[in-house]
Amino acid sequence: MERIRIDRFILLSFVILIFASTLSAQTPATADTTARIAALEQQAADAKSSADNAWMLTSSALVLMMTGPGLALFYGGLVRKKNVLATMMQSFALMALISVVWALFGYSLAFGSGPSFIGNLNNLFLRGVGVQPDPAYSATIPHQTFMVYQLMFAIITPALITGAFAERMKFSAMVLFMILWSVLVYDPMAHMVWGKNGLLNAALGGRFPTLDFAGGTVVHVTSGVSALVCALYLGKRLGYPREAMPPHSVVLSVIGACLLWVGWFGFNAGSALGSGGLATSAFVATHFATAAAVIGWLVAEWLRSGKPTTLGGISGAVAGLVAITPASGFVGPMAALVIGLAAGVFCYIMVAMVKARFGYDDSLDAFGVHGAGGTLGALLTGLFASSSINPIFKDAQGKALPSGVFEGNGHQILNQIVGVLIAWALAIIGTVIILKIVDLTIGLRVPADHEVQGLDLSQHGEEGYYWEVSA
Amino acid sequence: MTKIEAIIQTSKLDAVKNALHEIGVEGMTVLEVRGHGRQKGHTEVYRGREYTVDLIPKIKIEMVLADNMVEQATNAVITAAQTGKIGDGKIFLSRVDEAIRIRNVERGDNAL
Repeated sequence: MERIRIDRFILLSFVILIFASTLSAQTPATADTTARIAALEQQAADAKSSADNAWMLTSSALVLMMTGPGLALFYGGLVRKKNVLATMMQSFALMALISVVWALFGYSLAFGSGPSFIGNLNNLFLRGVGVQPDPAYSATIPHQTFMVYQLMFAIITPALITGAFAERMKFSAMVLFMILWSVLVYDPMAHMVWGKNGLLNAALGGRFPTLDFAGGTVVHVTSGVSALVCALYLGKRLGYPREAMPPHSVVLSVIGACLLWVGWFGFNAGSALGSGGLATSAFVATHFATAAAVIGWLVAEWLRSGKPTTLGGISGAVAGLVAITPASGFVGPMAALVIGLAAGVFCYIMVAMVKARFGYDDSLDAFGVHGAGGTLGALLTGLFASSSINPIFKDAQGKALPSGVFEGNGHQILNQIVGVLIAWALAIIGTVIILKIVDLTIGLRVPADHEVQGLDLSQHGEEGYYWEVSA
Repeated sequence: MTKIEAIIQTSKLDAVKNALHEIGVEGMTVLEVRGHGRQKGHTEVYRGREYTVDLIPKIKIEMVLADNMVEQATNAVITAAQTGKIGDGKIFLSRVDEAIRIRNVERGDNAL
């Protein structure tokens, strides 16, 4: 009996204690509560920032991997054996070269506030680019993360052009050309589409809001069209098209293309600038478009020349990745399948039929895949963009407005055309001027005997494959 | 002494080698070569561009034999390498003046 009474007493005192403690917690009231809510909100924001930053740093690394080894292998396998190192070296050298240019003044020219066509010099030497976010671009990640992520795009874009002048351009000429191209073509285009006050910026209220999620115009139209200009200006490789110039190793190209496919998730899903649902949506769209494009290219060539080739499959993959790039954050999986399939067939026709018809020597099809696929993708984005995926246009009350033509925003196709035309014009004019400058100063092409010998030996004094005589 | 140069299909190397071992041929030199006779090459297509590859990979076997072995050896090569289709290859025979074994400077048939 005694035992039970003591137990009850203990239980009762516990209840009283708990009750008292809740009372005392409630009484010192509002000031403290607001502070705690603020602290919690800060913690939640920090957690979101950390999550977004983790994905954006990963994406930055993935996009760098697209250039090296991705593009270096893809292009390296497509050239003849005697030019494999020179071709890989062009991509690799750009990883270093553009990085330094970007740190000194490139980033400022592309993403500084500036007028509608180009940035300013406020962020020269990366001044003012620290770990504090720049809310105009991305409120949840450090400004430096945004800057380094954009750098990876600035690297791969000129690297894509190297496919057009492969096997015949001087290394020194390539270096000068690329520095000038990065400043005169890439930085203005990136500013117009993604920069503050940019003429075509859809997210920040540009005059002609062009939907370009991850760089269909900025990256692929500019590089692809510039590639065509280079191919026409430099002329054909010696012996083209009479002499056979088959890829020396489609094996390397397959590895490169697969790395591009994987890296492209950083390129497109990373362009959400965060790790939320939009990143997932872009990731999914990217993947399905690529799959459909592989099938599109393979079926087209199977029907026309009787066999589905490995090179055709990987070329289709790249075509699909290019075409879905501007659309990736605006369309769902079914639209992605349509865009990819269209890109696979269209780029095959450009590469296998149109190029042969006109006879230009776009050696590795930088124009046929990136210029043509990028243009197609940019236009199809205007048709398929959906406000349910990404409500980019809003009215004064913040209500989502229709995005693409199929949603009732018929006007958008005109904006897309303006964006594409500006990219084409800037690429053509800029590239012609730069080629002229380089041609008159250090000369563009290697001498004929060096071209025959191969650029590995003539430009770099080494060979890609050194076969020792041994058992 | 006679030198036998046999150009054969790459896929027939093992069969020819075994046949020669069976009749007691002790040495040979094998080379991977490219060339064509009446068998023209094949076409390859890269991104819609057709290339005609007219130099086809072949195997060339070289051996120098004592004259009494030659008939038997050529028959062995023919039996092992023949499919009856164009591209089976050719055998060339030529006289060899001298053979010297480097190790002990033996000459003539003894050096083979």
